[in-house]
Amino acid sequence: MDVSYYPGCSLSGTARDYGESVEAVSGTLGVALKELPDWNCCGSSSAHVTNDELSVALAARNLEIADKIGKDVAVPCAMCYSRLKVAEKALLAGREIEGISHKYEGSIHVKHLVDFFWENVGEQAILEKVKKPLEGLNPVCYYGCLITRPPEITDAVNPEDPQSMDNILKTLGANVKNWSYKTDCCGGSLILTLPEIAHKLIQKLLDMSQEAGADCIVAACPMCHSNLDGWQKEISQETGRKYDIPIFYFTELMGLAFGDASVKKWLHRHGTDPIPFLHEKELL
Amino acid sequence: MVASLPESIVPDSSFRKQVERLSGRRVSACFQCEKCTNGCPLTFAMDIPPHKLIRLAHLGLKDTVLNSDTIWVCASCETCTTRCPNGIDIAHIMDILRQVSQREGIRASKKDVPVFHSTFIASMKRWGRVHEMEMAAMYTLKSAGLKGLMAQSKLGLEMFKKGKIKLLPYRLRPNSQVRNIFKNAGRKG
Ligand code: SF4
Ligand code: SF4
Repeated sequence: MDVSYYPGCSLSGTARDYGESVEAVSGTLGVALKELPDWNCCGSSSAHVTNDELSVALAARNLEIADKIGKDVAVPCAMCYSRLKVAEKALLAGREIEGISHKYEGSIHVKHLVDFFWENVGEQAILEKVKKPLEGLNPVCYYGCLITRPPEITDAVNPEDPQSMDNILKTLGANVKNWSYKTDCCGGSLILTLPEIAHKLIQKLLDMSQEAGADCIVAACPMCHSNLDGWQKEISQETGRKYDIPIFYFTELMGLAFGDASVKKWLHRHGTDPIPFLHEKELL
Repeated sequence: MVASLPESIVPDSSFRKQVERLSGRRVSACFQCEKCTNGCPLTFAMDIPPHKLIRLAHLGLKDTVLNSDTIWVCASCETCTTRCPNGIDIAHIMDILRQVSQREGIRASKKDVPVFHSTFIASMKRWGRVHEMEMAAMYTLKSAGLKGLMAQSKLGLEMFKKGKIKLLPYRLRPNSQVRNIFKNAGRKG
């Protein structure tokens, strides 16, 4: 199966663990990711607060490239996904965007990678590749804000209680816990500017995952992941409570269940070391 | 801290019209149900809760709105927009308010937020994609000075060891279509 792929700026940098695991599990599943040629930054969280025109045009250029190729686009980052969908809706509504001459008619679909894996690749294909079921792992799935909100943009059927990541993790054999914080905000857009505020939101999610009986959190976005994973030491110092909760990308856990040899290399890049936890669970 | 409001307000429709034109949504449709505020995860750090901000924009209290903490504390989580029974895209209105505030040269109550965004956009403009290391270093230098940059470099080194830092940008110059997009947007913005 071929799909166009828009990795976004983080996947070769701060989210290299995500990028590498996405490529590895796609390979295992027989999905050929075709990176869009010469894609540009989607505008991320900065263009839309600064200049409307810029934010739509930057994302629209990537859609133009994808539409000419004619294949659906899989997007691993929630922020990029959201910006591409905003541009898609604007183009479909007939908005004229300077610099974008191509007529976009919506014959391709933009999908977040977690939905692409669940809806397009599917349960059977994933199940067939599971060599080592994730028995004894009790994760909660964290989707964050932008994979599902707002539904007029994302086309999410159930924006407050999405299921695709939960379903994938269940297929891998994990004992997925339910919680009502799946789509609560982690404060990712504020982490560098108003860190003390963002830390409060992160702490809430960490606490609530524990209350739900989970022993780890699974994410599907480089911003959510680095936010939950990268500041636990600081939050422990600020609050006097010890936080040491493993945060995984869903693709890392797919790789683990598929018996991928590179898993340790990805996990080694995390801020909160999940390797002792997986040893304890006898999953690594 | 909750912002103090003037005792009597003389409604002025010009600001409402500006916001409605730029956002394409009618703030006057708001019936103050407070659903936006009740679902907002950031109200604890705001001086004016979202439903009040919408009403103040409706009434034309431009200075109060554009000087609020709220517009910079909002994390763009889209909860309010998803839940508003009147289809008001509050998160987008927050964007519009931030844009107007920057264009009119108002000093942001949370000054680092627009500094971050302009640094991010500069990196995008320079390379076509964001070069995270350069962007984070430039932002720290602008917001916390050289001392802040030195303090941050420890974290940078740790990330470098974990292979999370790319030293070179992806290309030396963005493609001409991307350069044009920046030019057009700058002219209109
Ligand atoms: S949810 Fe909508 S109608 Fe209700 S107070 Fe907020 S903006 Fe007004
Ligand atoms: S988008 Fe902003 S105002 Fe709306 S709920 Fe989220 S943080 Fe609050």
